[in-house]
Amino acid sequence: MEKDSNTPHADVLHEEDGWHRQPYDNDPPLVKGNLSFHEITDLVAYHTEKKTPITWFLAFGVASTGLMILFLMLAYQVYNGVGVWGNNVPVGWGWPIVNFVFWVGIGHAGTLISAILFLFRQRWRTSINRAAEAMTLFAVMCALIFPTFHVGRVWVVYWMLPIPNQMEMWPQFKSPLLWDVFAVSSYFIVSLLFWYVGLIPDLATLRDRAKGLRAKVLAFFALGWTGANRHWRNYEKSYLILAGLATPLVLSVHSVVSFDFAISIIPGWHTTIFPPYFVAGAIFSGFAMVLTLLVVARKIYGLEDLITLDHLEKMNIIILVTGSMVGFAYITEFFMAWYSQVEYEQYAFINRAFGPYAWAYWIMMTCNLISPQLFWFKKLRRSIPVMFALSIVVNIGMWFERFVITVTSLHRDFLPSSWDYFSPTWVDVLTFVGSFGLFFTLFLLFLRFVPMVAIAEVKGVKPEADPHFYDHEGDGHAAEAPQIAIQQPASEAQDGPDDVDDSTAPTTD
Amino acid sequence: MPNLLTSLFREIKATMGIFEPGGDQTYGLLAEFSDPGALYHAAQDVRQAGYKRFDTHSPFPIHGMDRAMGLGQSKLGIIVFFGGTVVGCALGIWMQWWTSAVDYPINISGKPFYSVWPAMPIIFELTILFSALVAVAGMLALNGLPRPYNPLFYSERFRKATDDGFFLHIAASDPEFDLDATRDFLGEIGALHVEVLEDQGTTTSAAPPAAETPPEPTPSVA
Repeated sequence: MEKDSNTPHADVLHEEDGWHRQPYDNDPPLVKGNLSFHEITDLVAYHTEKKTPITWFLAFGVASTGLMILFLMLAYQVYNGVGVWGNNVPVGWGWPIVNFVFWVGIGHAGTLISAILFLFRQRWRTSINRAAEAMTLFAVMCALIFPTFHVGRVWVVYWMLPIPNQMEMWPQFKSPLLWDVFAVSSYFIVSLLFWYVGLIPDLATLRDRAKGLRAKVLAFFALGWTGANRHWRNYEKSYLILAGLATPLVLSVHSVVSFDFAISIIPGWHTTIFPPYFVAGAIFSGFAMVLTLLVVARKIYGLEDLITLDHLEKMNIIILVTGSMVGFAYITEFFMAWYSQVEYEQYAFINRAFGPYAWAYWIMMTCNLISPQLFWFKKLRRSIPVMFALSIVVNIGMWFERFVITVTSLHRDFLPSSWDYFSPTWVDVLTFVGSFGLFFTLFLLFLRFVPMVAIAEVKGVKPEADPHFYDHEGDGHAAEAPQIAIQQPASEAQDGPDDVDDSTAPTTD
Repeated sequence: MPNLLTSLFREIKATMGIFEPGGDQTYGLLAEFSDPGALYHAAQDVRQAGYKRFDTHSPFPIHGMDRAMGLGQSKLGIIVFFGGTVVGCALGIWMQWWTSAVDYPINISGKPFYSVWPAMPIIFELTILFSALVAVAGMLALNGLPRPYNPLFYSERFRKATDDGFFLHIAASDPEFDLDATRDFLGEIGALHVEVLEDQGTTTSAAPPAAETPPEPTPSVA
């Protein structure tokens, strides 16, 4: 069989590699530009080693200003109480919950990419999983701020955890809000572990390139990693198990978030479609956020060979699929309201689409259901400006989805005398703006100090990483390649033929 | 008895890739190979030659290397199941039952003090959380990490192991290990470069065999 460098593993699959899907002939290469292993290391590690560019400082200045706004707003809220937010009867859950669900949802794409696509052996994920997982962590941090401060007395927030205390009281485990505490905090911890485990080999790579204090700090976090196969064996198992655990976890987290609504008896919330619909929406919005970030980052950092247009196109397809699922759920909700013959349910949905919040509803519909349909066209799917614009449109739409769900269901409750029109306060708005400050501050720090692409994993998906790649054309089995003698001076042996692609692999036949 | 324990302990450490130095503080030989294929075949050869205490080092996991080196399945799965999954699940059930039905039962709307259905989400989350914690802690434990000190780090060349270098390390404590013979053997199976690692911070870059003092025969571990 003729070797084709464009089809990784096309002819070198071995029975023990049964994990890997046999690629189709027209699969594009996962890594472009015919980079050697060393060039991949250089390409990614360089950005953590170079002198900090001035543009980074500018971006960081803007982001950390947002972070300062967040701190100020939270301090203001703690000092004055939750009344500074727009939440009031009948809309007791306003922006804080909207923002919480919005941010948690964004986080889900990272876990989908890192865990679910890993289990499905979608090897294109290797280029984007590190950044996407980082995004998950930061989004969950942003999310956790809102319920934490919404409890009102943030200094007793530990009451939500089952910690023995002087009141001899325990949390109410039958409450969906408490399920949320467990779900989201477990999600954060597991995501952090998953991310860190993935980072260990790359931190070791950085460590071995560094000198002085930097090397010491990196050595601390790299835990003494040497790339030993005895370690890789357990490491890969651990990674697989974590992926297997994170997959049901990520599906459960947004399901539990949806229980906050669905367990209640509010018309418009009390529906069984909520868990799958929330999960699809979460993945939808999360992929949009990953796109927003990566389209910019790959350009600025020159990673077009690692994060290729094919990767972006695949993400766009996922956006199209999940967007259509979400749209389908919107329509199903309407159908079920009519079909249920429950007049309150019917009123809630008619009111959503044609009531005082119709503007929000139609923004949601346009952004989430209609706009992703553009991705049916291959040309648009592969156009950077189109996907960038759409990714932002989708995120706006997904924020409005949560706004519509929360506010339209609450603002006209069972007692018409308490009907009201909800408006956020300036504190609401600035807190939300500030949460973006937190998100981008953390993401910029990540870009600066952590390898933003999983170096070891990207090397591993190159065809040259397969030991059987070398079997066909006089392998690297150098017993038959005596041109390289042992015991040569270190300086000469330094540049051994480590750059083994098709053209330079030693041939003996 | 202490001897037996010591050797058992050494065997366990060897599975983590932590090898004792030989009698004269020789830690072992570090051979570099050109690519994953060469390393794969070298590992097969080293194993066939009867070596047990060796390890390969590569920037990414190499498929089939476990088999080439004669390593079995990782035991992590079983550790995670019993140490994490079962424990987390049991804790989730026990915690919710004990706090709300035993320690401080509160009647809310006449609902049962403990029912398995509303307890399900938290049982599930704790199962996942504990499994994940054990998956990471167990991986580190099985690998003997964190391991700040490792004689391999004395080798400048070994820095490439996390970049684009493919290394094979044979420990001096291997019963088959003989400095000269093993070094020649590594050359025969295609090493680009072989160096001797000392456990005291020195590496000698493969001096001619004649200049070396013959190594102490390493005591074999029972």
